[in-house]
Amino acid sequence: MKLDAKIPEGPLAEKWSKHKFNLKLVNPANKRKYTVIVVGTGLAGSSAAASLAELGYNVKAFCYQDSPRRAHSIAAQGGINAAKNYRNDGDSVERLFYDTIKGGDYRSREGNVYRLAEVSVNIIDQCVAQGVPFAREYGGLLDNRSFGGAQVSRTFYARGQTGQQLLLGAYSALNRQIHEGKVEMFSRHEMLDVVTVDGKAQGIIARNLVTGEIETHAAHAVLLCTGGYGNVYYLSTNAMGCNVTAAWRAHKRGAFFSNPCFTQIHPTCIPVSGDHQSKLTLMSESLRNDGRVWVPKTKELAAQIRDGKIKATDLKEDERDYFLERKYPSFGNLVPRDVASRNAKEMVDEGKGVGTSGVAVYLDFADAISRLGEDAVRAKYGNLFDMYYQITDENPYKQPMRIYPAVHYTMGGLWVDYNLQTTVPGLYALGEANFSDHGANRLGASALMQGLADGYFVIPYTLGDYLATIGPKAIDIKHPAFTETKKAVEERLQKLLSLKGNKTVDEYHRELGKIMWEYCGMSRSEEGLKKAKKLIQDLKSDFWKNAIVLGSNEEFNMSLEKAGRVADFIELGELMIDDALDRNESCGGHFRVESQTEEGEALRDDEKFAYVAAWQYTGENKPEALHKEDLKFENVKLSQRSYK
Amino acid sequence: MNLTLKVWRQPNGNTKGTFVTYPAPGISPDMSFLEMLDVVNEGLVKKGEDPIHFDHDCREGICGMCSLHINGRPHGPKQAITTCQLHMRSFHDGETIVIEPWRASAFPVIKDLAVDRSAFDRIQHAGGFVSVNTGGVPDANAIAIPKPVADEAFNSATCIGCGACVAACKNASAMLFVSAKVSQLALLPQGQPERYQRAQAMVNQMDTEGFGSCTNTGACEAECPKEIKITNIARMNRDYFTANFFKDEA
Repeated sequence: MKLDAKIPEGPLAEKWSKHKFNLKLVNPANKRKYTVIVVGTGLAGSSAAASLAELGYNVKAFCYQDSPRRAHSIAAQGGINAAKNYRNDGDSVERLFYDTIKGGDYRSREGNVYRLAEVSVNIIDQCVAQGVPFAREYGGLLDNRSFGGAQVSRTFYARGQTGQQLLLGAYSALNRQIHEGKVEMFSRHEMLDVVTVDGKAQGIIARNLVTGEIETHAAHAVLLCTGGYGNVYYLSTNAMGCNVTAAWRAHKRGAFFSNPCFTQIHPTCIPVSGDHQSKLTLMSESLRNDGRVWVPKTKELAAQIRDGKIKATDLKEDERDYFLERKYPSFGNLVPRDVASRNAKEMVDEGKGVGTSGVAVYLDFADAISRLGEDAVRAKYGNLFDMYYQITDENPYKQPMRIYPAVHYTMGGLWVDYNLQTTVPGLYALGEANFSDHGANRLGASALMQGLADGYFVIPYTLGDYLATIGPKAIDIKHPAFTETKKAVEERLQKLLSLKGNKTVDEYHRELGKIMWEYCGMSRSEEGLKKAKKLIQDLKSDFWKNAIVLGSNEEFNMSLEKAGRVADFIELGELMIDDALDRNESCGGHFRVESQTEEGEALRDDEKFAYVAAWQYTGENKPEALHKEDLKFENVKLSQRSYK
Repeated sequence: MNLTLKVWRQPNGNTKGTFVTYPAPGISPDMSFLEMLDVVNEGLVKKGEDPIHFDHDCREGICGMCSLHINGRPHGPKQAITTCQLHMRSFHDGETIVIEPWRASAFPVIKDLAVDRSAFDRIQHAGGFVSVNTGGVPDANAIAIPKPVADEAFNSATCIGCGACVAACKNASAMLFVSAKVSQLALLPQGQPERYQRAQAMVNQMDTEGFGSCTNTGACEAECPKEIKITNIARMNRDYFTANFFKDEA
């Protein structure tokens, strides 16, 4: 199968407007004859569901949480980028495009990224019109701050709760459409399969998580807005319920999975405190605006800190190594996430880590507090400082925070073309669930931008083209494909429920997480990956023999939900290993030890690897087939990234 | 730490529930409250017993999914945090901890500690929005909003919809939750065109859902993990009365 990304011809800046003109339209009277399913109600899902309903389509929206407002976009802290250039500091659509392509280490599509930068400005307008309370200056206009990987201030924010405010904005738009009767909302529902008829997506099978009923829903198109798969590592900044099941089921029905090994390890998270740890908490990247990252200059000093003989505040300036400022003088503490994470790991590996575990570095606000005053720092970051205090019992106003990288975001996802359509016609992927815009590393404050761009401003145009092509004829829910898919789902659930072994599903999940973090985390090697593949295959066969899954299907059953998700994570884990093995270059968040510069920086190999890997499922326990979409760069010059 | 838990167990909404006592030995003070429950649950699963069902998701104090009435207080003994941010260092060794679901007839129990809060969603459906479609809106900086007003709207907008206010109220009133959204939009210029009808529609829906009346005890404000102020209720009442008595002006 030849992958056609359907990037429009013509100059970069004109591609999207030309494309919009060329897309077919559905006439307003016909729109009400179509039904669209939206799975997931984070920024991408809520905005898509609301915008499509406003156009006149009938929408069925699904989420596993008890309310669409709880999707994990809500936890995004720092902000959202937009090329508004309100600061007069040299920003533009071109610059946001360039920063994003460069930040992604030249592994994303020019056309997609340019469009993202272009519509970024509309997002801010839309959110303000909905009543999203962004931070403002005394003159009443919007405030901005800086984020990693950029030298302009283009990040709009709402204290440390930007994701919450944007999601509640999208949720309010969704609520309005539910009120109008244009969106039917299914909370506490989990999608367990896609139904395809003649190769086209025409519905889903979902489980009502309260009653266990297996429901069949038909539609003219299905949009997966189901987020990322960071929980494959067990510990991540994702919510406990975040999972890959919807995307993975779609993958098994023919949707290619792209660049699964591109995962983002976020540099500033609260370090692990013990084996009981269930998740990790992010401290927003915005903190790197005012916080300075450092470790003790020598191993001896670090050891004294770890043993509790001295405190961080006891160290004099010349006993500290502000390693990011030292190594990257032009970007300093605001280098992109992958660079900051790798450097923190390097310091810890050298024995300079702090905290009782030794697996942490400092993020220090003493300078900012003496420069701006404690009140000003509190006004900017108060909620983050409180959260840190709550979790660690340490006061970050008085002593530096301890931070360490943690899995945060996944750039990989379902392969989509320029229209956000997967390799299954009628099946779309939006937001973090797709692979398209962030290459091998996502810049801070760009996830919110992409989720809302896809939902508010891309899919309302591109979906219409497909719907106009297939026509408004009602979907036949009696087609055998629906009953067959439902049966397959039920059989799988019964198979899970028959597992009465001796190991809990959480134990398998933790084990999977350890394998992934060790061998497919911040640095990866051929030897380690090969070992990990074997370990995961063994884990999989053991799971299907010895896991414990309790209860029955016809009830609210946490045990069953978790088992299904972990079983899918195990399979995804193996594909991530395959992808990481195939990509024998270092780029962005993917660091292969075999491919580095003399200074230990990531070394790309554009000759061999300037492509998007797109994996095709070929059958149970069979190796997946790799397809390659070559990346063409006509507007930017590929160069080794430098933040020095 | 070694603790004893008295947990409300109820298989579903149609069956009567009861307290069941579980030992929770070997708990680290650094665990969060939910991690402590994870440990207990893992022990139950190993024994083939149904784990304690409770709602939770982000575990960062922002999604509003976690609930739990702990020793008689929504989200436990500490001020201004959700249950997921509560750590075991707030308890002492040997303590008995009583864990119940939110108690309110508008929040029926689904199973054990999980309740149905969809009434909150339906109140938002009734009017918790500004009626603007995607596209065709003015430039963001075309609307100047004084910083103190924007900050106050933001404070109201930080409500996470967890339902602690209802659980804390002797009348199971939802006034704090409803007034937070009404206030956010009443403070902002974008919310003005629908200001009064919004207050009216949301209050009417709240009454339909069976939440109780407000008698100004202030328990909601005291227990709110996001410290939403009771002054929001005064603001909502003002708009609600305007909507009812001065229809032509509203």
